Amino acid sequence: MTRVLIVGAGPAGIRAAERLVGAGLRPVVVDEGARAGGQIYRRPPDGFIRPPQQLYGSDAGKARALHALFDAMAAAGQVDYRPQSSVHAIRDGVAHVAATRIPYDRLILATGATDRLVPVDGWQRAGVFSLGAAQIALKAQGVAIGRQIVLAGSGPLLTLVAAQLLAAGAGVAAVLDTSPLAAQVQGGIGMALARPTVTARGLAMRARLGRLYHAGVRLERITDDALHWRDAGGRAQVTECDAVALGWHLRAETQLADLAGARFAWSDTWAQWLPVADQMGRAGRGLYLAGDGLRILGADGAEVAGALAASACLDDLGIATPDTRALLRRARRLTRFAAAMARAFPWPGAQLDALPDTAVLCRCEGITLGQMRAAADHGGPEANRVKSLGRIGMGRCQGRYCQLAAADLIARHAGLAPRDVGRLRGQPPVRPVPIGALLDD
Amino acid sequence: MSGQLVRLAETGRAPVAFRFDGQDMTGLLGDTVLTAILLGTGSLRPAEFGPERRAGFCLMGACQDCWIWAEDGSRLRACSTPVAAGMRLLSTAPERWPA
Ligand SMILES: Cc1cc2nc3c(=O)[nH]c(=O)nc-3n(C[C@H](O)[C@H](O)[C@H](O)COP(=O)(O)OP(=O)(O)OC[C@H]3O[C@@H](n4cnc5c(N)ncnc54)[C@H](O)[C@@H]3O)c2cc1C
Ligand code: FES
Repeated sequence: MTRVLIVGAGPAGIRAAERLVGAGLRPVVVDEGARAGGQIYRRPPDGFIRPPQQLYGSDAGKARALHALFDAMAAAGQVDYRPQSSVHAIRDGVAHVAATRIPYDRLILATGATDRLVPVDGWQRAGVFSLGAAQIALKAQGVAIGRQIVLAGSGPLLTLVAAQLLAAGAGVAAVLDTSPLAAQVQGGIGMALARPTVTARGLAMRARLGRLYHAGVRLERITDDALHWRDAGGRAQVTECDAVALGWHLRAETQLADLAGARFAWSDTWAQWLPVADQMGRAGRGLYLAGDGLRILGADGAEVAGALAASACLDDLGIATPDTRALLRRARRLTRFAAAMARAFPWPGAQLDALPDTAVLCRCEGITLGQMRAAADHGGPEANRVKSLGRIGMGRCQGRYCQLAAADLIARHAGLAPRDVGRLRGQPPVRPVPIGALLDD
Repeated sequence: MSGQLVRLAETGRAPVAFRFDGQDMTGLLGDTVLTAILLGTGSLRPAEFGPERRAGFCLMGACQDCWIWAEDGSRLRACSTPVAAGMRLLSTAPERWPA
């Protein structure tokens, strides 16, 4: 039987598995999580009792459906499910999971996204987390990241996480959005045209934040007990806090796609390098991409993309699949919504312009903006050269949280566009591996 | 000092006793090591390349900021490892460990 490997058991990976199982295949599904669901539908460990309605709000029904679908496939042995397993390398048709090798004929990558970050002076301190982390703490552990929390950045998660924390009784000191109101109105119109109900729900959530919410801000500095910022009128403000959560929408998790041979193109819409694929998710011979790891379309878009990628895979294997025209129409509408959303919550360029040379750019190794600029002056404004000279993107996180900002800062410094600075190439291992597994290679 | 994290829900689980840097601490069954430690104290470890301390960042296994040590010299990722009774954890490498 053809061996299909799916990496990721979020909405995209689960819908891909469903379609393959429906066609009589038995895919291997490798996922880092202890239980299937992915980021948005992340499940708490056994023994936690909050009902889905409390964890996932208006999406509880979707969460329940996906969990039940996947659990049933796993219980029936229709998928070869490998939870708590990280693929750290892909080479010549073999995925490496610690010391285990998983050979495959076809590969579907549904690896999702992480928060997209830009550095803020002082962000290396304990008590500064990503926005996603603030949500994971609440959803999967029932804890708040502090007593007086500032949520800052931009994107749909900002309002959502603030609302979830408030509903759970956490102390939220401020919600600071770097996106100016004008951009939000402009993008918001496109969002409302594509998905009126979802947009209205977001606006209502925002309205409930009331005076905690500020648009068009610039973050300046995080100290031990406060966040310093400027409001839309340019006035200096200080908000006392013991925890900060930062995030600017999402960054596609593309390292495995890179290792598997996908091509990349700069996307102005999403302000990041994204893999190139056809509308079904085909990205190369036997390689299919789906979900936020291909395009940041959100959870509903990920479900659609997962089904499409599996259909493409089946098609290429000569196996009949259900008609995909309705799915493709839905994907186009969700893409319009997501692109409008990206316009509503843009990359915070103005804040990067004001970042001091002493600010830490790479949290992993404490490399400052000044050190990176020196490397760029010495070796030229090219991302991979700055990486080898300045170690930007070589730390523990492998550039996940600094490389987009680093490339943009290099570009700003040299008067170039970010795409002209080039893309940091992915390198295995994309996740840490036990030494023994590497010695084996 | 008080903890970085605050527990808001899911308080009915069984307690789990462990040690961190020689101090007795208690978490609840299902807590990650990161949760259990940061409920009682402000950070997980010193930074390697700066004067500050670290307490994790992404909580989803992507940043690797939260690796700490066990007294036997093994390392673990605090945000994705469930706390277990009797764990003896350290913020820095154990002495005699060939760093
Ligand atoms: C922290 C966070 C919180 C979010 N919260 C929300 C929310 O509340 N509401 C909302 O609408 N959207 C949210 N999003 C966006 C949301 O994740 C997506 O739209 C949706 O989950 C995308 O589904 P997916 O299947 O593409 O990826 P995901 O759901 O992210 O699933 C990807 C899966 O792949 C696994 N994986 C990745 N790399 C590897 C590897 N190398 N080896 C093994 N497994 C791997 C991951 O562990 C994960 O389980 C959030 C995103 C993040 C990062
Ligand atoms: S906090 Fe990022 S890997 Fe644990």
